[in-house]
Amino acid sequence: MTDHDHDHSRTFQPDHAEPTSDGARIGLALRELLIEAGHYTAGEEQSVIEAMQGASPENGGRIVAKAWNDAEYKERLLANGAEAIKELGYELEPYEFTVMENTADTHNVIVCTLCSCYPRALLGMSPAWYKSSSYRARVVREPRSVLAEFGVELSDDVSVRVHDSTAELRYMVLPQRPAGTDDWSEAQLAKLVTRNSLVGTERDLKIA
Amino acid sequence: MNEPVFHVGQRVRIADRTPPVHHRVPSYAKGQVGVIERVCGLHGEPEKFIRGDGKPPQRIYRVRIPQPELWTSYEGTEGDKLEIEIFEHWLEAAE
Repeated sequence: MTDHDHDHSRTFQPDHAEPTSDGARIGLALRELLIEAGHYTAGEEQSVIEAMQGASPENGGRIVAKAWNDAEYKERLLANGAEAIKELGYELEPYEFTVMENTADTHNVIVCTLCSCYPRALLGMSPAWYKSSSYRARVVREPRSVLAEFGVELSDDVSVRVHDSTAELRYMVLPQRPAGTDDWSEAQLAKLVTRNSLVGTERDLKIA
Repeated sequence: MNEPVFHVGQRVRIADRTPPVHHRVPSYAKGQVGVIERVCGLHGEPEKFIRGDGKPPQRIYRVRIPQPELWTSYEGTEGDKLEIEIFEHWLEAAE
C-alpha cells in the first residue's frame, strides 16, 4: 500500500475499505481530481449518495397509489412522468421519465438490452435478474416465455409491449389497481405495489 | 429551435450501420421499420461524447415495431410490440 499525504475522507465514503485494485485506485484518483478542480464538491457527492441510498420501490408505490386515486394526476403522470413526480418531491433529471399503464388488454415490461438502465434515483438499485444477460437478451425476443417464468401467464387477448430503455428515458410500469380496493387509502394502496410490478415482471397485485 | 423532423404515427427506418464508437442502437433494431410512438426531448449525441460533450444535442423518438416483424418464428400475438428510443440522426422516413 502506497503512503498517501492527502485526506481521502473528503471524497470517499468512510465505510468503504481502501481500494486495492488498480481500477478502484484510478476511480478514486479521478474523483479527487474532479473535486479539486471544482467540478463538484465532496458535500454534493455525499448528498447524491444519500439520495440514491434513500431511493426504493416504495417511492414507486406512492406514485402508483396517487395515480390510482386521482384520475387527473394519472393523466399528468402518463403525459409527462418527470414533471408529475416532481409534485410528489421526486426528481430524475437529466432523464425523461416515462410511465406505461397496464390495462385489461395490455401488459408492459421494461428492459435495457444495451446495459442496465433503471430509474435508480427513484426506485433504488435494480434487481440482479434485471442486469443479467439472460433477461436482457430474452425478454425482447420471447417476452411471454420470460414473463411466464416470473409467474405472469398472459392470454392471447393481452398484448405485450416491451420497452427497451436504450437512451435517456427511464421507465416505470403503472400496474392495474386490484379489485376490491375502492375504499382504500393511498397509504394502504401504496403497500400493495411491488418492485417487480413496477418493472412489469409481475401483473396481478395481491391483496394481503 | 430544433423542431422535430418526424411526427407521431410516421413510419421510419432505423439506420443499419455500426460506427466504431459507443452508440445506443442495439443490433436487433438496426435496419428495422417502425412507427413513431412519441416525440421526446433533445439529448447529447452518444457518438460525440468520445470527443467532447455530445453537442449539438439530438432529438429522441420512441419507435414502435411489431414483434412478429422483428423476430423470425416469434411466439406471441400480432398485437405484441417492441418500443425503443432512437436518436433522430439514426432515422429516415419509410414508406
